[in-house]
Parts: sequence; C-alpha cells; structure tokens
Amino acid sequence: MFTPSYLAQQIVNALNMGSIYALVAIGLTVVYGILRLINFAHGDMMTVGAYVALAVLTSLALPAWAALVIPIFVVAAVGVLIERFAYRPLRGAPEVAMLITSLAVSSLIENGALMTLTAQPRPVRLPAELTQRVDVLGINIAVMDAVIVVLALVLMVGLSLFVRYTAIGIAMRACSENVRVTQLMGVDVNRVIATAFAISAGLAAVAGVLWSGKFGLVDPFMGFVPGLKAFVAAVIGGIGNIAGAMLGGYLLGFAEVFFVAFMPSEISGYRDAFVFALLLVVLLLRPTGLLGAHEASRA
Amino acid sequence: MKRFLPFLWMAAVMGTAGLAQVLLNDYYQRVLAVLAINVILAVSLNLTNGFSGDFSLGPAAFMAIGAYTSAILTLPAQTKAIALPDLPPWLGQIALPFPVATLLGCVLAGLVAFVVGLPVLRLRGHYLAVATLGLMVILQVVALNWQALTRGARGISGLPPFTNLLWAYGWMLITVLVIWRIVYSPLGRAMMAVREDELAAACRGVRVFRTRLFAFVTSAIFTSVAGALWAHLITAITPSSFSFLLTFNVVAMVVIGGMGSISGSVLGAALMTLLPELLRRVETALAIGGQPLYGLSQVVVAMLMLAVMLFRPQGLMGQREIGDVIALLLRRDRPTQPVAPVGEARRTA
Amino acid sequence: MLTVQDLHVYYGRIHALRGISLEVKTGEIVALIGSNGAGKTTTLAALSGLLRPRSGVIYFEEKNITHLPVHQIVRLGVVHCPEGRQVFARLSVAENLQLAGAHRSERAARMRDLQRVYELFPILAQRRNQYAGTLSGGEQQMLAIGRALMSGPRLLLLDEPSLGLAPMIVESIFRVIEALRRDGVTVLLVEQNAYRALQLADRAYVLETGCIKIHGPARELMDNSAVRAAYLGG
Repeated sequence: MFTPSYLAQQIVNALNMGSIYALVAIGLTVVYGILRLINFAHGDMMTVGAYVALAVLTSLALPAWAALVIPIFVVAAVGVLIERFAYRPLRGAPEVAMLITSLAVSSLIENGALMTLTAQPRPVRLPAELTQRVDVLGINIAVMDAVIVVLALVLMVGLSLFVRYTAIGIAMRACSENVRVTQLMGVDVNRVIATAFAISAGLAAVAGVLWSGKFGLVDPFMGFVPGLKAFVAAVIGGIGNIAGAMLGGYLLGFAEVFFVAFMPSEISGYRDAFVFALLLVVLLLRPTGLLGAHEASRA
Repeated sequence: MKRFLPFLWMAAVMGTAGLAQVLLNDYYQRVLAVLAINVILAVSLNLTNGFSGDFSLGPAAFMAIGAYTSAILTLPAQTKAIALPDLPPWLGQIALPFPVATLLGCVLAGLVAFVVGLPVLRLRGHYLAVATLGLMVILQVVALNWQALTRGARGISGLPPFTNLLWAYGWMLITVLVIWRIVYSPLGRAMMAVREDELAAACRGVRVFRTRLFAFVTSAIFTSVAGALWAHLITAITPSSFSFLLTFNVVAMVVIGGMGSISGSVLGAALMTLLPELLRRVETALAIGGQPLYGLSQVVVAMLMLAVMLFRPQGLMGQREIGDVIALLLRRDRPTQPVAPVGEARRTA
Repeated sequence: MLTVQDLHVYYGRIHALRGISLEVKTGEIVALIGSNGAGKTTTLAALSGLLRPRSGVIYFEEKNITHLPVHQIVRLGVVHCPEGRQVFARLSVAENLQLAGAHRSERAARMRDLQRVYELFPILAQRRNQYAGTLSGGEQQMLAIGRALMSGPRLLLLDEPSLGLAPMIVESIFRVIEALRRDGVTVLLVEQNAYRALQLADRAYVLETGCIKIHGPARELMDNSAVRAAYLGG
C-alpha cells in the first residue's frame, strides 16, 4: 500500500493543505500581531471568498482568472468594513471583548449566508485546464494541485517583500511592536490597521477559492474548521510572526495528511482531535511557538 | 421571616412547575423545560466567564459528557443490547435511575474538568478560550469515533423521557442556589478579586489557581446536569447536538445578560429561549421560494451580541442582581447612596 | 508657540493634571521638572494627543490642537519623544528613522534631516543596519531623538532623555539638545535631573501632584530655596 506513488500523492496533498493553511494563518497572525485579536471571523472570509468565486464562475461573462481576483478585492473590502465597525470601537477594551465580538461577527456571516444562500453545498465546476493531470518531476498530479502550491508561494514571497521593504510594511511591523509609539511617528495607524485587515482578508479569500477548487464544494460553514486549524498553525509557528505562520501552516498540513495516510482507519477518524491535541500541547509547553518570542510590551 | 423568603420562592417555583406540568400542553412544557436548562447553562458558564474572569468556550463539551453518561446509564439493558452491543458487560447490564445517572455524569464531568483544568488553566484570556474550544472539538471527535460507546454519528435515540418540569426546575433551583451562595461568599469575592487583578489578589493571600480551578470544575458539573436533562428531554442525542452553535448561544446568554450577574444570566437565558421560538414563526412566514429562512434567529442573536458589545458591554444587568435593581428603583426619591462595591455588601436573595 | 490653558487630565477616576497652564515661546528651551508621579509624562502625553484631556485647551501656533488625532499633531510639527526610549527593537536603525520620516512629502528635506541625524549621532550611522534592540541604552536614546528629528519637529517634546544613562552619555545628549536649539527647534524638556535641566533651559515649570507650583526663568528657579531643597539637593 505504501508505494512511492501513494507517498508522492500524499506529499502533494500535504503541500496543498499546508499552502492553504499557511495563507489563512498568515492573515490571522498579522492581525493578531497588531491588535492582539484572535479573529474568529477570519475563517469565514474564506467562505465569502469561495462564494464570490462561485458567483463569478457561474456568470459566463467573466474569464476564469477573475474568479480568483475579484474575491480578493471583495473580501478585502469586507474585512476592512468589519474592522471599522466591529473592532475599531473596541480598541482598548479588554481582550475578551474583542474575542466575543469576533465570535458574533463570525456567527453573523455564517448564518447570514445560511439564511440567504441555504445550507445546500454548491458544487464548483472548475475550468477544464485546472482539472487536467500533468506529470511533474515524474509524479502525476492535477494542475489544480500545482496551482495551489505555486500561487501560495508567490503570495507568501510577495507579502514578505512587502512587509520588509515598503513604508506601510515597516509601519505594520512597528505597529505589531507598539501601536502608541507608531502613532508618535506621525503614522496614521488606522490606515495601517485597515491595510493589515485588507491583506489578511484577501489572503483568506484566495485560500477559500483554492479550497473550494480542491474539494469542489461550497457551503456556509466551510471556513469554520479551517479557520480554527489555521489558528493552530499560527500558534505552532509562533503567533504574531509571519514566517512562523507559513512554517506552522505547512507543518500542520503535513502532520494532518500523514496522520490520516499512515494511521489505521480506526484511528484516522480522530484527525481533528489530533490537530487540537497538538494545539493544547504547544500552548502548554511552548506557547510562543517555534519561531516566536513575541511578547513585546505595548506601552 | 426574611430568612424564609428564599425557601418560599423555591416552593413557589416548584409549585408552579408542578402545576405547569399537569396543566400545560406539550409544546409549552417543552419551552419551559428548555428555559430551565438554559438557565442552568448560563449561570454555570457565568461562574467561570463572568465571576472568575476565565473565558471558557467549553460548555458544549461538558454538556456532552453529562448527556452521554446519563444516556448510557439509563437506557434499559435490552435496548443497549441492540443499540450499543459493544459496550463492556458491566455497562451493558445496568440501568440506573435518572438522578443517579445524572450525578454520575456530574462526577465524570468534574473529573474531566479537574484533569483538563490543571494544565489548561495555566493559560489566560484568549489562549484559554481557544484551548477550551479545542477541548470541545476533541470531545466531539471522540464521540463521533468511539462507536462502541456512543454509536458515532447515529447517536443514541429512544432515551426514556425522564425530564419533566419538576426535575428541570428542581435542578435549576439547586444550581442557582449553590452558585449564588458560592459567588456571594468569601470564595466568590476571591474569584472576583482574581478576575480584577490577579497579582493583587495573590498578594492578599488568595490561592489564585485553586480558586479558578474550583470555578472551572463547579461550572463543568452543573453544565453536565444540563446535558443530562437535555438528553432526556429530547430523547435522542448525537455528537452534533453539542456543537459550537450551542456554546455560542450559551455565551450569548451570559454576555447579553451581564457577565457578573446571576440574575443577568437568568434573564439572558429567558431571552434566548423565547427569541428563537418567536423567530421560528417569522422564519417560516418569511419563507423565500418555499424555503424557511433558517438562520434568521441566529443572525438576530449575533446582532444582539454585537449591539451589546458595542453599546452596553456590561450586558443588561452589568454586575447587579435583581435585588439591587429593585432597591435602586425604590430609592428613587432619596439622595443617591454610594453603591457598595460588588461582593462587599451582604447579599440576600 | 505653544499655549496650554487650564488642562485637566484623568486616568479613570484619578485626577492626574489639575488645571495646569504653561507656555513655550518659539526658540526657547523650557524645562518641566518635578518628582516621580507629579504628572510630567502625563502632560507630554496630553500635548501629543496620546491622552485626551477632560477639559482645557492646547494651542499650537494659534491652532487648537486639543482634540486632534496623534498623527495630525505630529504632522503639524509637535513631536513627542517618549520616555524610556521605546525604539522598535525588531526594526533596524535605518528603518526606525525611515518610519519617522515617512509622513513627510518632500524627499529633499527628509534626506537632509537624515544626514543631520547621522552627523549629530555618528554611532547611528555606523549601526544603521543593526536591529535597534541590539543597541545600548545611550545609543537607543540617540535613536529615539534621531527619530523625533526625522519627523521634522518645530516643537520637540523630550521625555526624560537622561533616564538610566551614564553621566557621559547624558552630557553628550544635552549637548545635542543645545545644537537643536541652534538648528531652530523649540524644546519642551521633561527631566528628573533637575539640575542639568535648569542649567540648559531658558525657563522652567515645577510640577507637583498635577499642579504647577512655581515657574519662571531657569536661573531664578535655581536660586529659589524651595526648589533647591526639593529638587537640587539643598
């Protein structure tokens, strides 16, 4: 059973899941780094992105690549709006208050979708080019799989460069250390925070589109569990740390896929329990994660 | 005379419950039973989230423990032989009375809370919240996969409908009474001190960790009672009955009612019981294209929670109890007295 | 340049500033001295917009800045160099400086000021690509002041620049403040080191539990017996 081609396929799956988790985890970690907020509504940005992509695909007037690009802008706008109206008024409130609010926002999005779009999972019909299979390095994979990994890598590299070299990127890094002092630099932190939310929501949108492409279905609650798992990934890598989120995402992807692939079937059903047990272990033994040490004082 | 007031209240409640049991039809009985269960859930969660300052997202997990334990223990042996053939013989043979099964569920929930709480309560704030959420997921997955014990996704059905209004309100009174006594006692003041300023509390000799653990375990115990009552009301349970949705709704009750007020939790529970009932009709009435507007009641709940967080974060009652509010109203014409800080004044029911 | 009228600032229920009024004229160095907890840092925070006063007015160059957002106050030319350095540890020296200048639109002016900062603090030029967290206390203070300069200040609010620094470094920092005055920067200096502050400043205010107790030319205050007893070691 454990043939080289089985192993190869599992590695591809792990890379796919890892890429998706990494994209979502990055968004979570960026927002957490600046606001110390665990955005429970983040996973739902995936869902919204997927639905928008579906709408684009089923309207024949637009080319297929628009199904990737349009959701990014739509969801980024949604993210900015949520920040403006639900989170900004609560800046300075106890951290639990933001947590509760993000729970409420998440429920609002999920049930709003349920109400207007029904719980019926909708199938996603990918354009033919993506469902073809090709041979890469001797392994036979679907084009979609390759797209996921490549796209994720491109986005992650792009984001790293952005954060490292652009003025807003530097401002974001400064904010994640100390928002007050960043204000004293003459930086409009509201704009920086809005940008951070836009970026993180945009990445989640891409993740959602890729997820729906890989699994072929969209439903109102699809983002909930991946959102939670992305949080696990971010914690494993070190919350607040972008490189950590990427690392955590891939580690989680591999851990999850290999757990299912190599455990006997009675145990493999416990996959999600395994993931959250991992979370508990990390939180208790090394809460700053693998790459983190991110408890800078926020004067 | 004043000392007997609480007992009179309790007798009144039980008497009304008994009458309702006999007089009202099934639908109203059910709503009232759900109300009692919701009160238990809200008041228990408030103990950790509101009074002790530890935001837990774990109620669904402990409810599940209570539900499944009492379900397995009360099912008659013949039913178990068919439905749960793989149970170990000592479980398969017995069929315990409802109160005993409920109490055993409490014991199990308490043990789990203790064992889990020891490591997990080292975390604070949102890390704790996520850890308890993780616990919920783990428990759900276990319930789904441990077929021999729980029948997995099919769940256990055909449970004897033990829950009547007397049990429901009896347990509710016990819960409210016990938690009230805890909260308005030196232990409760210690909890609140920990919530406000852990370092200061520790300097004053409060055993911070023990206090928090106590709150966590107690909360779990009463939550499991709610689970047992629920199981024998609905007579069928599946792992998805104890989902995040449930946790979210209990959190909503506590937040909307007021995180430091027992009366607030009761109010929140009442609101969250009646609201879905009212909105259910709206959901069907507003059916779009033949499909009822499922999710409407949840959307309303979410918006209520947002409204509370944005405009009145202390909830409906804040940290006051119903006694304070009545007193405040009655003192309208007197010059305003300074309100005693929470926990300092002696509380009477 | 700066006029503060009857400022009241609260931390929750604590009345931190009780109706203080002060003035800073263009080109001056004004010192604000007082013991710990007197409200000196609170005053600067209220001026820069980090804290909102409950009542009172703050005028900067005839403009009412009392309720403006922090970043707008900075762009008007009031720059607050906070106490305790608070440099961005995980950004490089150059990035710290770049960030502070980012809101200015004229590149030439930014470049000029960057050169000036490296002139005043050669050690920063040497360490320009190092993480700010690896600098010593004195170097971080220099970076903090350099950052403030990069924002193009007309009025510089300096909070306890000498705190925790060795005397030699304190000297060099005070020399820099003198140089800044010659560059045309007006300075409001909060200092625990009352002696050095009074030596450097033109005028001074003494703050005690939220109120201005005495104020006047620095020379006079240095000779004032009460001030000497309380802050200058008799």
